[in-house]
Amino acid sequence: MSALRRLPWGLLGVLAALSVPLLGSRFYTFVATDVAIMALFAVSLNLLLGYTGLVSFGHAAYFGVGAYTTGLLMKMAGVGFTLAFPAAGLLAGLFALVFGFFCVRVTKIYFAMLTLAFAQIVWAICFKWNDVTGGDQGMPEIPYPDLAWMERLPLVGDLQTSDHFYLLTVVLVGVCFWLLRRIVGSPFGRILTTIRENPERAEFIGVHVGRWELIAFVLSGAFAGLAGGLFGIFNRGVFADFVYWTKSSEVLIMAILGGMGYFYGPAVGALVLLVLNQQITSYTEYWPLVLGSILIVLLFAFPGGIVGALDAGRRRLARLRRA
Amino acid sequence: MLEVRGVQKAFDGFQAVAGVSLSVARGEIAAIIGPNGAGKTTLFNLVTGHIRPDAGSVLLEGRNITGLPPHQVCRRGMGRSFQRTNIFPRLSVFQNVQAAFISHRGRGLDLLSRVDRLYRDETDALLASLGLLERAGEMSGFLSHGAQKQLELGIALASEPKLLLLDEPTAGMSAAETHETIRLISRLARERDLTLLFTEHDMDVVFSIAQRITVLHQGHVIAEGAPAEVRSDPEVRRVYLGERR
Repeated sequence: MSALRRLPWGLLGVLAALSVPLLGSRFYTFVATDVAIMALFAVSLNLLLGYTGLVSFGHAAYFGVGAYTTGLLMKMAGVGFTLAFPAAGLLAGLFALVFGFFCVRVTKIYFAMLTLAFAQIVWAICFKWNDVTGGDQGMPEIPYPDLAWMERLPLVGDLQTSDHFYLLTVVLVGVCFWLLRRIVGSPFGRILTTIRENPERAEFIGVHVGRWELIAFVLSGAFAGLAGGLFGIFNRGVFADFVYWTKSSEVLIMAILGGMGYFYGPAVGALVLLVLNQQITSYTEYWPLVLGSILIVLLFAFPGGIVGALDAGRRRLARLRRA
Repeated sequence: MLEVRGVQKAFDGFQAVAGVSLSVARGEIAAIIGPNGAGKTTLFNLVTGHIRPDAGSVLLEGRNITGLPPHQVCRRGMGRSFQRTNIFPRLSVFQNVQAAFISHRGRGLDLLSRVDRLYRDETDALLASLGLLERAGEMSGFLSHGAQKQLELGIALASEPKLLLLDEPTAGMSAAETHETIRLISRLARERDLTLLFTEHDMDVVFSIAQRITVLHQGHVIAEGAPAEVRSDPEVRRVYLGERR
């Protein structure tokens, strides 16, 4: 059991993900890119949701800001990906700093409503500001980053550009996961959990709750922005519905479905939701009905999400084996 | 150590605390008693910064702390336990106390270190002195009520306070738990050279450890002094002790 636990699961996960294009199916690579990016989006949200106990209903704002930033820089300004990608995180973090400054001043349902309100303002601007964002037409034809150097790599050199972009995505998402994992495993991360558990008590161990919440909000927004930057390129275009509230609820559902009490729970949620969506829409047009039913069952039977249910099962097995 | 000067607080016109003054000397064990609704918890909240007084001031070691937010009051050397147990239920016993050490020692903004073993020795030592070390790995929300109260004391002590405020430290405890908790508190106060201010409804507890007692009634101080004086005060006997017999 402990030998199993000592394996470098994160690294193995990245390696497994990297080998997807070798299966030779464009469709698999397409779905895998989608999953990897949305997994980062969902895990970034979970820094607020699962670790700090803040329900953001407007996380798509930062995802969208990141997507537009990278898109605009690469398409309009001809800036390279190496600058346009970090810029997505930076600008999204900046937006999160400004909006978060107001949001952390209120609590619970008011916090959720205020995050939603700010996100809808961002959406309205993206939807109407034709000169910059392309308005309701969006911003199509975002170029791929220059990945010609990958053609010289062994094994993957012959793959298509979309495959190469997928490989880049996996590596970048992997690095982001590593960073986020460090953050939640740091003293700062421990303080966030005290805020989730009991903000009143946290104040009286000397924590300025609002300040920690704001930092978490900015970090969470920045990583969401990085995910958005990747998604615009993957999607070959940035559109206003990236910022719409349905996007915010989609990522919330991923986090809750996968299990917000676990670091990789939201990533699993993203995987399950997107794959199910792909599979079920090919059988029936009633995908929302199926999704709704799944969520109801899950919320009542497995409140810890998919990973929570697996974890409970694993523990029960261990107990049986000991008995 | 602590000086409260004429603090007042009204809620919707109801005068919960009507000009209370009291002082607690360094190393003293002081108690505030009074019937339900006398304003004890409100007074505590005024002292710890959870609510702002309408008038009056609060001084900690001669410095004015009136109106400071709780986290700053805490950093200036005041620890507190709450009437309704106030821990971090889904963190382990160890993590509860460790978090208080992290915050108190200014490591709360450290994003790069690993938290797992941080302040392990200090946390273990404190848990051992509370008798909670064997349960360090347990989820704190599953502890018994008495053990949770002790853990809350541990969280407060990890901030290395000079003055500790305890709001009904034995509320809801069995007689045995109460006895044990009082012994623990007196021992810790002695070992750590703490100044203690507590409220309590259990008169045996109050008269057994308090060196000085302030009696509140309807937001006013009606008596103050050593236990023997307070016990024999006719006004106190009338409004408080008398009601219970």
